Amino acid sequence: MTGTFVGMPSFPAFPAFPEAAREAVGDGVLRANLRHATHTIRDKRARAVAELADWDRLRAAGKAVKDHTLRHLDRYLLQLEESVTAAGGTVHWAADADEANRIVTGLVLATGHREVVKVKSMATQEIGLNEALEAAGIAAYETDLAELIVQLGHDRPSHILVPAIHRNRAEIREIFAAEMGRWGRPAPDGLGDDPRELAEAARLHLREKFLRAKVAVSGANFMVAETGTMVVFESEGNGRMCLTLPETLISVVGIEKVVPTFRDLEIFLQTLPRSSTAERMNPYTTMWTGLGPSRGADGDGPSAFHLVLLDNGRTDTLADEVGRQALRCIRCSACLNVCPVYERAGGHAYGSVYPGPIGAILSPQLRGTGSEIDASLPYASTLCGACYEVCPVAIDIPEVLVHLRERVAQGGPVTREGVRVRIRPAHGHTAERAAMRAARLLLDRPAALRAGERLLARARRLRPRRLPGPGRAWTDARDLPELPPEPFRDWWARERGGRA
Amino acid sequence: MRAALFVTCVNDALYPRTGIAVVRLLERLGVGVDFPAAQSCCGQPQYNTGYRRESEPLLRRTAAAFAGYPYVVTPSGSCAAMVRAHYPRIARLAEQEGRGSGLVAQAEDLVPRVYELTEFLVDVLGVTDVGAYFPHAVTYHPSCHGLRGLGLGDRPRRLLAAVKGLDLVELPGAEECCGFGGTFAVKNPDVSAAMGTDKIDSAVGTGADVLCGADNSCLAHLGGILHRRGDAMRALHLAEILASTEEEPLR
Repeated sequence: MTGTFVGMPSFPAFPAFPEAAREAVGDGVLRANLRHATHTIRDKRARAVAELADWDRLRAAGKAVKDHTLRHLDRYLLQLEESVTAAGGTVHWAADADEANRIVTGLVLATGHREVVKVKSMATQEIGLNEALEAAGIAAYETDLAELIVQLGHDRPSHILVPAIHRNRAEIREIFAAEMGRWGRPAPDGLGDDPRELAEAARLHLREKFLRAKVAVSGANFMVAETGTMVVFESEGNGRMCLTLPETLISVVGIEKVVPTFRDLEIFLQTLPRSSTAERMNPYTTMWTGLGPSRGADGDGPSAFHLVLLDNGRTDTLADEVGRQALRCIRCSACLNVCPVYERAGGHAYGSVYPGPIGAILSPQLRGTGSEIDASLPYASTLCGACYEVCPVAIDIPEVLVHLRERVAQGGPVTREGVRVRIRPAHGHTAERAAMRAARLLLDRPAALRAGERLLARARRLRPRRLPGPGRAWTDARDLPELPPEPFRDWWARERGGRA
Repeated sequence: MRAALFVTCVNDALYPRTGIAVVRLLERLGVGVDFPAAQSCCGQPQYNTGYRRESEPLLRRTAAAFAGYPYVVTPSGSCAAMVRAHYPRIARLAEQEGRGSGLVAQAEDLVPRVYELTEFLVDVLGVTDVGAYFPHAVTYHPSCHGLRGLGLGDRPRRLLAAVKGLDLVELPGAEECCGFGGTFAVKNPDVSAAMGTDKIDSAVGTGADVLCGADNSCLAHLGGILHRRGDAMRALHLAEILASTEEEPLR
């Protein structure tokens, strides 16, 4: 099946979620790792959130600010461009992944340098920037510890905040020992798997990169329209190194990351760290506004700043009145950490840099529902609602999941590259659609329903251990309930019938 | 007082014992029960799987079947949540798309009259001790739609704690989904079974004899795993425990 829409070229032809999840479900070590990590962070998050008496109001305020900004996105983006330009920065607009990659690659090549350091940016993962840079002969070095593990391990991220959550420390030691030397400073001889030793090896390896690199690529958590300020929240200090040491700084940011005023940050400075790392405040918050008043003249900070504003399906998502709330996301990953499906399936099963519940609603909107993986993602949830409960910007993820299921099963209107089109149902739903229709016809005719129930009751001694066809998915792991001697309707008619 | 029983299609066909228990319980508490025979499925399987238009006739049927009853009581948090959370939206979209004249009014009229069983007992009848007797160790799994969809809170636990002879044992990780999720159970069978198995491990670990819930769909999934494993623990609907008395104990 083809039809992957624009962008997100990272995982083409990825299998549907149920198949992709099967492997993880069968991997006991992975499941134990994920269970331990997600349960620890979710419990800590609950305690950190409980400390604030006004959490519900902060959540409502965050939602309101994001909704307001999204409603007037055009205005705030133009204001942002003006502010960034006035502060000495250059703004570039990228409609899709290809355009963004072309812009960044061109900017790096123009500096004459052939290596860049990167501070964790999901937007660049989304567009496959590292691969595009590599194709142009530019080496990109991830500097976030977890991203470094993923990159050195020729692996893919599996969590928004902890991309290497699926790796244990023995595996990390192996990766460091085998791969660091090929990229720069090798791991020390006799490296053990103590977390402190591993962190020290990464620190030494990365320090060499920070001090040498002349170009940095970053993302941003927020962009302030009124001041042109970029904001990065991080824990390790690698971000601050990337944002201050190199001569040229290129930030690739999704257009939905803009907020109107500097004061709006007060909300997210409280809700984002608590939701993501369960900390009252993240260790490093770095803000920069263009080139600042000195314009790099005193040798402090970059002497060139470029902001690449990335659309890549976001404007189309904005056109959907139910689905657009996914653009409120501040990438905290709280929904991943409470999701029972993510906990069993692992992040790779979602086939995207955005895994978990938010990925299940974001990817099929940014990429369209044409591929097998994107058509299966809206079904990768039991609709238990735990994700909605913890979301600091109140994204009703179950509501969007059901909305997207409808798109997959029945087709409907969507916006593609700014044009309103009607899409057909995804492939492979014909039998299901027929079954749903047949069930409805039966359920909407009480006489037929009653006859069906009686047939079922008559077959009660059968209780097969294995059902054929789609029912096998039930009986592979579970027995069928014991069938009753008569349906409730018949009992009622016999015992209380006179009163109905 | 009279109330209409919305038994739900799953209970009608597979768990009539639960419907019978609700009738006996409510009658014991002095409530006259009607069973409008025109009722059927609430449409949740269709709606949640992405077939919103297939759920519209069932919405219309449900609203018509229960028209005029001040209280519509259902022993399913999931079906109550379907009506309360989704009927107005389905009706509004149907009208927008030209198929639903009067549907919004019907849906909005029904919503405030639908009560999940424990809401009806605690909020409307004002009872927590329903005079039940059930001398067993019981652990309670709050299904997601009751817990988060309806906000049932501690109502089910308060009702269970007041049952004579019952030893209520807390279920670790109670708020986690059991993995049923309607068609999720067959669309994602591996993840569903893994979630259910973890839930059963927690439940069996409590040492209770009975795993109690207020949604037979979740219990069909969990009971199916218990039965397949040959565990001695029984999965039972809350209504059956509340209907059990010293004179007529649940067998």
